[in-house]
Amino acid sequence: MLAYVLRRLLHSVPIVLVGSFITFIMVSASGDPLGDLKAKQPPVPPAVLAAEAHRMRLDQPVLERYWHWLTGILGGDWGPSVKKIDIGAEIWPRLLVSARLVTLAVLLALTLALLVGVVSAVKRYSTVDYVFTAIGFLLLSMPAFWFAILLKQQAIDLNQATGATLVYTVGEASIPPPTGFWPTVWDVLGHLVLPTVVLAMTAFAPWSRFVRSSMIEVQDSDYVRLARAKGLKRRTVLIRHALRTALVPLTTVVALDLAVLFSGAVVTETVFQWRGMGSFLLSAVRDKDIYAVMAWLLLVSVIVVLFNLIADLLYAVLDRRVRLG
Amino acid sequence: MVEIAYAPADGELSTATPRWRLVVRRFLRHRLATVSLVVFVLLVLLAFVGGALWHYSYDVYTPDNSQPPSARHPFGTDATGYDLLAQVLRGTQRSVEIALFVAAVSGVFGSVWGAVAGLHGGKVDTVLMRIADLVLIFPAIAVAAVLANNVGASSQGWLLIGLVLAALTWPYVARLVRGLVLSLREREFIAAARTFGAGSWRIIFRHVLPNALGTIIVAVTIIVAVAILAETALSFIGFGVRPPDTSLGLLVSQNQTAVSTRPWLFYFPGLFIVLIALSVNFTGDGLRDAFDNTRSRSRR
Repeated sequence: MLAYVLRRLLHSVPIVLVGSFITFIMVSASGDPLGDLKAKQPPVPPAVLAAEAHRMRLDQPVLERYWHWLTGILGGDWGPSVKKIDIGAEIWPRLLVSARLVTLAVLLALTLALLVGVVSAVKRYSTVDYVFTAIGFLLLSMPAFWFAILLKQQAIDLNQATGATLVYTVGEASIPPPTGFWPTVWDVLGHLVLPTVVLAMTAFAPWSRFVRSSMIEVQDSDYVRLARAKGLKRRTVLIRHALRTALVPLTTVVALDLAVLFSGAVVTETVFQWRGMGSFLLSAVRDKDIYAVMAWLLLVSVIVVLFNLIADLLYAVLDRRVRLG
Repeated sequence: MVEIAYAPADGELSTATPRWRLVVRRFLRHRLATVSLVVFVLLVLLAFVGGALWHYSYDVYTPDNSQPPSARHPFGTDATGYDLLAQVLRGTQRSVEIALFVAAVSGVFGSVWGAVAGLHGGKVDTVLMRIADLVLIFPAIAVAAVLANNVGASSQGWLLIGLVLAALTWPYVARLVRGLVLSLREREFIAAARTFGAGSWRIIFRHVLPNALGTIIVAVTIIVAVAILAETALSFIGFGVRPPDTSLGLLVSQNQTAVSTRPWLFYFPGLFIVLIALSVNFTGDGLRDAFDNTRSRSRR
């Protein structure tokens, strides 16, 4: 098992490296980081421009820049920024902010998807199933940003009607933050409610459909029928036999959708004005801040690859037929 | 990586040549899907033809500012006097154009990629599918924002946005088609074609892809919906379609602050997005059932 984990980890390294190389070329080609500076009126002296170009390593060929960047990261240097921010110091706290949103949203979406998927499969073609199907299709067709603005407005109206801040609608925490441990936790959780609901809903729709169809398939299989014929209770068969098998492919789906969830987080954070990974990315792209964009892409792709690895390991744990050699 | 096709388990497709009449009849029996297809076609017609016929243009000011919906302006006007109906029609046209373009490009490209990978197997398969997986580890919106940052403002910007989104969605099609081809290639008719000396490309285009057409059509339909949502999200965060052109996502973005004071500005563009995506998704669902020979017994 350990050997397998190590080997898979080693396999992931070239994936991340190739991915980072391609995105580095792409981001480097997407625009001139000094474009804003060059367009300034009155014009900036050429010496300043040359110094900036040197600081941004633009005087090096792109391959050399990539190498410089890659080896720098191993030493904890994320590269220079157009806006002269310390990329490393800026991005880690933001990653934490976004990670708690994505984690909570995944947990909420998974719980709901399992519940709804199983109920829909068991009560196939009943009114409950049709209602869940309708809700699923509606969520599948709803743009997350629109849904988010709607929810936000409802919350604002509610807060105004009651004259108190029941649900937070702006930011990831209060400014200034409350003092004490529990007040801080409550404050953070309060700010998480609406964005988590929005992000979870986008993932919930496809996942619940997936659980439903794999449960239906498993229910019709011979071994589930055999388990029932042996006289096992319906509930036992459902959970111990059917759900366990249906869960296996779901782990892969969830891990694969992680990148999609980070996309969703960018949009959701924008609506709720969070200072998370979303606004970091958007301003970095706008400023053509190459190394800031690369830091974002590298961190998120490493997370996605790691979780795909974990999903594969879970796969082996849940399904004994998968042999790890 | 453990290879699992990203498709619902009940999406198993018949591998027999689709009998078109049967497929059409089955689709028509699915009433919701039929209605959805009609709604989608009507929306597209309304956007392409209606926009040209409507007596206001999306980029010409009217003398009325911030008017609620009325007979003159069925969807109202915004603060600068633009007629919202004209803008929504224009936005729908742009969004639908982009989505159809994305679906066509990623459908064709992904199918060929997946078919080549599945048919060749071995090293070719490993390399091709690793490349496809590589695309999927990056959040699409980040890559799209980087790529579209420069191109969105030009007049052909929408085409380039379509290309960017296609470059990010084709792996889904490729994975699906590959899985199908893996099971198809063991079949006798492929072996027969091989025996008669047919080359790889001939086998792919004459034998494999026609048999995978049902799956591909369903996947492409879903991609239309995915692309609509992706394009509107991209335009919403400011990296998609840009003024003076307009799209449904851009309209929602421009009008989000008006949600409490002039709600029509916010609701109409959003409802159009939902309506388009919903009708496409239901159509896809109906197509899935219609092409599926194994499941037709359970759903009438």
